Amino acid sequence: MKKQVVFAAVVVLLMAAAAYAAFFIAPTDVRQGLIYRIIFLHVPCAETGLVSFFVCFVANVAYVLKRNPQWDWLGVSAAEVGLVFTSACLVTGPIWAKPVWGIWWTWDARLTSTAVLWLLYVAFLMLRTLIEEPDRRALLSALFGIFAFIDVPLVFGSIRWWRTQHPQPVIMGGPGSGLDPLMYKVLFFCWVPMLALMVLLMQSRYQLEAMRGDFAIVRRESEAA
Amino acid sequence: MSLLSNTGALLGKELRTEFRSRELLMTTVIFILMVIVLFSFTFDPTSAESRKFGAGLLWLAFLFAASLMLQPCFLREQTNDTLSALRLTVRDPFAILLAKLAANTLFLLVTELLMLPVFAILYNVPVVRVFGQLLLVFFLGSLGVSIAGTALSAISAQARMRELLLPVLLLPLLTPVLVASTQVTAGLLDVEPFLQWKGVGFLAVFDVVFLTALWLFGEYLLEE
Repeated sequence: MKKQVVFAAVVVLLMAAAAYAAFFIAPTDVRQGLIYRIIFLHVPCAETGLVSFFVCFVANVAYVLKRNPQWDWLGVSAAEVGLVFTSACLVTGPIWAKPVWGIWWTWDARLTSTAVLWLLYVAFLMLRTLIEEPDRRALLSALFGIFAFIDVPLVFGSIRWWRTQHPQPVIMGGPGSGLDPLMYKVLFFCWVPMLALMVLLMQSRYQLEAMRGDFAIVRRESEAA
Repeated sequence: MSLLSNTGALLGKELRTEFRSRELLMTTVIFILMVIVLFSFTFDPTSAESRKFGAGLLWLAFLFAASLMLQPCFLREQTNDTLSALRLTVRDPFAILLAKLAANTLFLLVTELLMLPVFAILYNVPVVRVFGQLLLVFFLGSLGVSIAGTALSAISAQARMRELLLPVLLLPLLTPVLVASTQVTAGLLDVEPFLQWKGVGFLAVFDVVFLTALWLFGEYLLEE
């Protein structure tokens, strides 16, 4: 518990440092002005969300093969945390898009894939609420999680091929694209506290799920007695 | 070999069950008909608009219909607990899934082909000259829908609110099929029809990826 409080304090300090770097160290964008600084929240949220969903996928596969409830606890924790970061990404996206593109939303590859990803993991969590028996819930949701994660590159591929109408990706978008080197450094620095926050949230959520698991066992035993 | 012969026997059982009552086919055909008619008089599209939006409307109707049509796939087995019996009869449980997805593909394809002339008439789009290519897209699209749908129907059948749950699980998962099938169909309904091989290839890749996933993880779906 004490370790977790210290870790939480470190996360808060890292976030404060990231906010300082985002506002005062990164240079202002020539064309977009101040609003572009939302990139330091938006992009780390999107990437951290993807990392969480990858953790969820690994946990799902491990559960199906090993049947250890700890993998199920990790899977649901990762899915929920991933959903929080993806939601933050979907909220900050339109706030950035409106002044820069003049529209809140456009159906292009990244936006649509993220929206579909969000829907898939909402469905994943919804499925879990609708199955009572813990082992069955763990197995079926893990299987759905595997199918959902496999679908993500296909969703991205399909939309990128047919629906992309907007700027080529700035980061890793090929020749001619790119950020100022200092902006890059700040961006990667801002990703660190997000990942740390992800670990912190996942850890807390995992502990809660473990307690729920233990409680269910105690309740079953007391009912049987 | 036993996988194929088992699948063949189970497919025969699925087809016999359906063709005795024809409930599923009839209901799905009427559902798609209603969606197509409602879309048609809600938007009242011109021929040019139909060429642009018709493919999307058609595939949305197919997808909604599929999410309803796939419901009874495993529920039927639950009523008399026949799934346990099926598991005991086959050596490889993948045969059960393979037979069900083959039957679902066939049912979906039949309903789509029955609805195609109605769509052509209501939306004023010629389909005869591109019938062969449309059949290819319908087949690959329906196969993708059926593979994912059969797997998710096995999941949703074991949950509460299963009637609502299946579309919620299935529709976002089928986004790639919807996008690719719509684009290829739109190309075929164009004034100068063309087949987007890129889209056909994409649908084939989707089918192969999900079939492989079903082959790898399918047996866990049928666990008691």
